[in-house]
Amino acid sequence: MKVELVNLTKRWGDVVGADGINLTIEHGEFVAFLGPSGCGKTTTLLMVAGIYKPTAGEILFDGKVVNAVPPKDRNIGMVFQSYALYPHMTVFQNISYPLKLKKVPKEEMQKRVQRVADMMGIGHLLDRKPAQLSGGQQQRVALGRALVKEPQLLLFDEPLSNLDARLRLSMRSEIKRLQIDLGITSIYVTHDQVEAMTMADRVAVMKDGKLQAFSPPDELYERPKTLFVAGFVGNPPMNFFDVEVVIENGEYHARGVGIDLVVPAERGEKAVGRGKVIMGVRPEHVSLADEGASGVINIVEPLGRDDLIDVRIGETDVQLLVEPGLGLRIGDHVKLHFDTENVQFFDPDTEKSLLW
Amino acid sequence: MTTTTFEVEAKSGLWRKIVSALPYVALSISIIPILVGYYWVIIATFSYRTEGLFPVDANGNIGGFTLQNWQFLLDPQIWRVTLNSFLIAIGMVIGVGFLSTLTGYALSRMNFRGRKGFLGLTLVLHAFRPELLLIAIFQVLLFIAGIPLLGKVFGFNTVGGVALVMVALELPLGIWLMKGFFDNLSWDMERAALIDGASRFRVWWEIILPQVKPGLAALAIFNFIAGWNAYLIPFTFTIGAKVSNLSVYLNQFSGDTSPTGWNQVAAVGLFQLLPILIFFIFTQETLLSIYGGGAKGGT
Ligand SMILES: Nc1ncnc2c1ncn2[C@@H]1O[C@H](COP(=O)(O)OP(=O)(O)OP(=O)(O)O)[C@@H](O)[C@H]1O
Ligand SMILES: [Mg+2]
Repeated sequence: MKVELVNLTKRWGDVVGADGINLTIEHGEFVAFLGPSGCGKTTTLLMVAGIYKPTAGEILFDGKVVNAVPPKDRNIGMVFQSYALYPHMTVFQNISYPLKLKKVPKEEMQKRVQRVADMMGIGHLLDRKPAQLSGGQQQRVALGRALVKEPQLLLFDEPLSNLDARLRLSMRSEIKRLQIDLGITSIYVTHDQVEAMTMADRVAVMKDGKLQAFSPPDELYERPKTLFVAGFVGNPPMNFFDVEVVIENGEYHARGVGIDLVVPAERGEKAVGRGKVIMGVRPEHVSLADEGASGVINIVEPLGRDDLIDVRIGETDVQLLVEPGLGLRIGDHVKLHFDTENVQFFDPDTEKSLLW
Repeated sequence: MTTTTFEVEAKSGLWRKIVSALPYVALSISIIPILVGYYWVIIATFSYRTEGLFPVDANGNIGGFTLQNWQFLLDPQIWRVTLNSFLIAIGMVIGVGFLSTLTGYALSRMNFRGRKGFLGLTLVLHAFRPELLLIAIFQVLLFIAGIPLLGKVFGFNTVGGVALVMVALELPLGIWLMKGFFDNLSWDMERAALIDGASRFRVWWEIILPQVKPGLAALAIFNFIAGWNAYLIPFTFTIGAKVSNLSVYLNQFSGDTSPTGWNQVAAVGLFQLLPILIFFIFTQETLLSIYGGGAKGGT
């Protein structure tokens, strides 16, 4: 099912939940809504589900406006963060509830529930009550309940955030595989960027109720359209400097307090002559070197595979990853090399990218 | 060395036993007056007279067992008033239960104009002593009595009228109680049910109500007891045995004209207590689970 949101807005008095969201989700696409807490992800999802009435704007399913269609007639399945299982019903009754409401005959109901339960690996738990299940099993029941009526649109609201890290990893790939197998259009709300980047075909980044970007994960990472997206996507986050870009001897230089970097011409020319701009460099494009900008180590954080160090250059803190076991200490003086091929430039006032 | 350690351990073991027994001792002591009271009531109902805690006969000798105090059971009037008590109690259970569940749900989940004012008003209404309202209620009941048909069921001097007034007086508390239970339920469950395809009413009936069952049970029990023991309202708004209830009937034994027959009062009182005692014995587990977090988990 194709889903279009046109200028979708939700307000409660002065509180803005979603503010003029415009996006189109293609049939069979897996879209993630990514953003910090309170940015309006759930609000938008609940409007798509028909639980919240939009203050303004339209929701279209396959080209038809569904604003006035009640949730039960939208043919959607939804998985909640809290699982939202019915505690007084058994697993079987939970999964079969949508079918019971659709008046599906008993025998067919039995068959479909069993099939979905087996698919989710909970076929042997059908007689249990939700309270007798582990968190992961409850999540599977919730997923099964959403899938059993064979919806045309699946909505996920942070379905994995209550699970432990390992289970989250395996459920993540399981959901992704299921979605590909079944080909159901899906919207997946999360504030975990790794989840969004690994699972989604396209990621919608939101902030303060507004859509910041809507593009495939790699594009989001390599060509962030706003300062917010650049800083939000990627872990550890992108480093930012206040610089001025000037031409000297036919080369573009980005100059700030304590640094002077030569940047590629095709990027530099878009930022030159604008006075102060914000330059962004990802941590993986910074490395320790014998020559380069000098700074003092602020923090050393062992992450296992790497150490994350925080180096103060002039007035800015730069984060980078180094191999562990170098014996670095807080207060050490180091020199940093910047790989400028992928630098980003942003307008400090509009916070929009100068490049894309 | 070893012996001394053993001694210390034994001592501390004994000490711990004493400490852990203390609450039981304290509880047992404090319950004695209540137990003595019950003991007296039971003895008194089967004896001619009591002296202190002992049954005595006409000459003051220990003994004198008799069934005469229970003779009231042969009076058809007792069964009439028992039935009335029962009707008032059931009326309250159903009336308050039904109305507070619906109202509490609406107040908990829906946003409408005047919601805040309504909530405040119910609270204030609950603060009114029923005694203050007696005259006003009397006028209302008289008015209802004037309405054809309805007046016969809910008017002045009817069991229905008494139940109506009792329900109205108890509603504010019931509404607040049920609203509190609904407030504690997650919205997601309701949303999930709506998306699963249920109508609003089905969500309420099939998904929400089962979650507040313990609360509803508590409300029902309290209301049953309140209705069963009702005195002031039936005493004020009914005339004559046909429509009076057990508490009012009991009161006539301690009338102003003849000396109070305490043994008979005890018998009727015990009779009135029996259904509630039996009820408690059978439901104490459910009752306790209400406070032990029975509303959560839901196994
Ligand atoms: N029913 C409501 N009434 C009033 N304000 C609301 C309501 N629901 C959400 N909001 C507000 O709308 C904004 C967006 O909330 P929303 O729940 O959509 O955030 P979210 O992106 O899902 O955050 P999280 O990641 O924490 O779940 C918040 O500021 C929130 O306080
Ligand atoms: Mg949310």
